[in-house]
Amino acid sequence: MSVKTYDAGVKEYRELYWTPDYVPLDSDLLACFKVTGQPGVPREEVAAAVAAESSTGTWSTVWSELLTDMEFYKGRAYRIEDVPGDKESFYTFIAYPIDLFEEGSIVNVLTSLVGNVFGFKALRHLRLEDIRFPLAYVKTCMGPPNGIQVERDKLNKYGRPLLGCTIKPKLGLSAKNYGRAVYECLRGGLDFTKDDENVNSQPFMRWQNRFEFVAEAVAASQAETGERKGHYLNVTAPDPEQMYERAEFAKELGQPIIMHDYITGGFCANTGLAKWCRKNGMLLHIHRAMHAVIDRHPKHGIHFRVLAKCLRLSGGDHLHTGTVVGKLEGDRASTLGYVDLLRESFIPEDRSRGIFFDQDWGSMPGVFAVASGGIHVWHMPALVTIFGDDSVLQFGGGTQGHPWGNAAGAAANRVALEACIKARNEGRDLERESREILTDAARHSPELASAMETWKEIKFEFDTVDKLDAG
Amino acid sequence: MPFQNTMGDYQTRQTLETFGFLPPLTQEEVFDQIAYIIAQGWTPGIEHVHPDFSMNHYWTMWKLPFFGEVNLDHVAAELEACHRTYPDHHVRLTGYDNYTQCQGASFVVFEGRR
Repeated sequence: MSVKTYDAGVKEYRELYWTPDYVPLDSDLLACFKVTGQPGVPREEVAAAVAAESSTGTWSTVWSELLTDMEFYKGRAYRIEDVPGDKESFYTFIAYPIDLFEEGSIVNVLTSLVGNVFGFKALRHLRLEDIRFPLAYVKTCMGPPNGIQVERDKLNKYGRPLLGCTIKPKLGLSAKNYGRAVYECLRGGLDFTKDDENVNSQPFMRWQNRFEFVAEAVAASQAETGERKGHYLNVTAPDPEQMYERAEFAKELGQPIIMHDYITGGFCANTGLAKWCRKNGMLLHIHRAMHAVIDRHPKHGIHFRVLAKCLRLSGGDHLHTGTVVGKLEGDRASTLGYVDLLRESFIPEDRSRGIFFDQDWGSMPGVFAVASGGIHVWHMPALVTIFGDDSVLQFGGGTQGHPWGNAAGAAANRVALEACIKARNEGRDLERESREILTDAARHSPELASAMETWKEIKFEFDTVDKLDAG
Repeated sequence: MPFQNTMGDYQTRQTLETFGFLPPLTQEEVFDQIAYIIAQGWTPGIEHVHPDFSMNHYWTMWKLPFFGEVNLDHVAAELEACHRTYPDHHVRLTGYDNYTQCQGASFVVFEGRR
């Protein structure tokens, strides 16, 4: 029997959506937002407004609310915390019932959680810091088409990070010259080469031509080295039909891996392509163009750890994570946090690494962390220490900028990598003994010696813009 | 021995994956890698194949993987025995990781004659 009556008008959000006594259910989807409200508005009211606007609420009560059980469906702000070292912002924790979301739809989760609420006037800034996806929801998503172990088995590469390289110049090469650059890198010892993210199908190099020349480069380098090779063929396209057409052609050519830009391409396209890859036995490399627009501002947007979790659910076998040591932004502890979120099956809450919730992935496959951008042989010991085996280390300029060209640059990187792995396995301290390990290895490799000479002075030491919150 | 290259001319080589770009490991260095495999809790296994078929996923197993083996000398002796029996084959050592259901390590210890 209904006991509520309809009372038209505007209510304070906190009457319904601020529930500090609520104990979240295992099946709830939990979110942590960093909130910066307009001056003078109480924290509880702002937190409740975020919960309401990202779930069932609207600014006015409506009669049709009484036709359902809002207590069952509403999101609840259940906790508020200070942000260390920041007086104007605070964290709010919100629990969403699982039934608010369509199964297996990252699109739907994001449309709710980071939809209208981000433009809400009562807020000056809003940042989604973390999401705890309940295991029940994780199981509705397919996730990575293959995962780390399957990729290693397919490619026969064990006990070390994989090596890659983005072909440069990123734009303007003809398909045949581009294939040449690929061939030189692969024959020199890289496992992968990569289309740059903005290489799609431009007038100077249409995708069919690129795919065909690259396929020959991959086949030739495999035959000559006795190792398995691949080139991430970028199938990111103007529309899904063309994306699938490109993917099908890559498969027809017998290629092992394709690539997609998941933020510019969108989660709908990405999830579809990941499913296609699972069905067709194809590896999927994921680029993250546009992420910094969303994740770099410390008070507004979405933290990359959320985008990384969303990618793992949407599907991809590799994801770029930054390098910590190279030319692109990335705080070490925070990067290690989301690298774990990509690769491990259970990640405990750890505020020192920016992880706000325990995350249980169940049996979902892991994603290779890709470190790319401004790295060279001198970084190798640090990269192996930071990223461990389940990573792809990509040296673009650090391969093709070698004085003797791509093959020698590739060999230099491979020698440096293997020397570091061997030393690590022998129990040596890579970061402390890095110079000695590399110098020893270079005695057997003029390519490495030359690379070490070329890049001995290059460092990228700027302050990180988006730091972890600390007092 | 790798890297007989003229300065500036990189010659492509058959490198057979991990550690293919290092000089052949000495016996002591192989020992260290066996110790690493065992210390990780992985099971050492030995496989061999004629160089013509090195691209195959499946090389022939030398006996069964050495479950529960903790003696480095035993593993080293098995590697030697496999190499003596198949001197013209590649012989590789793998470390089976039953937690990830993958191989934690895999590298060629003896290269077969061509």
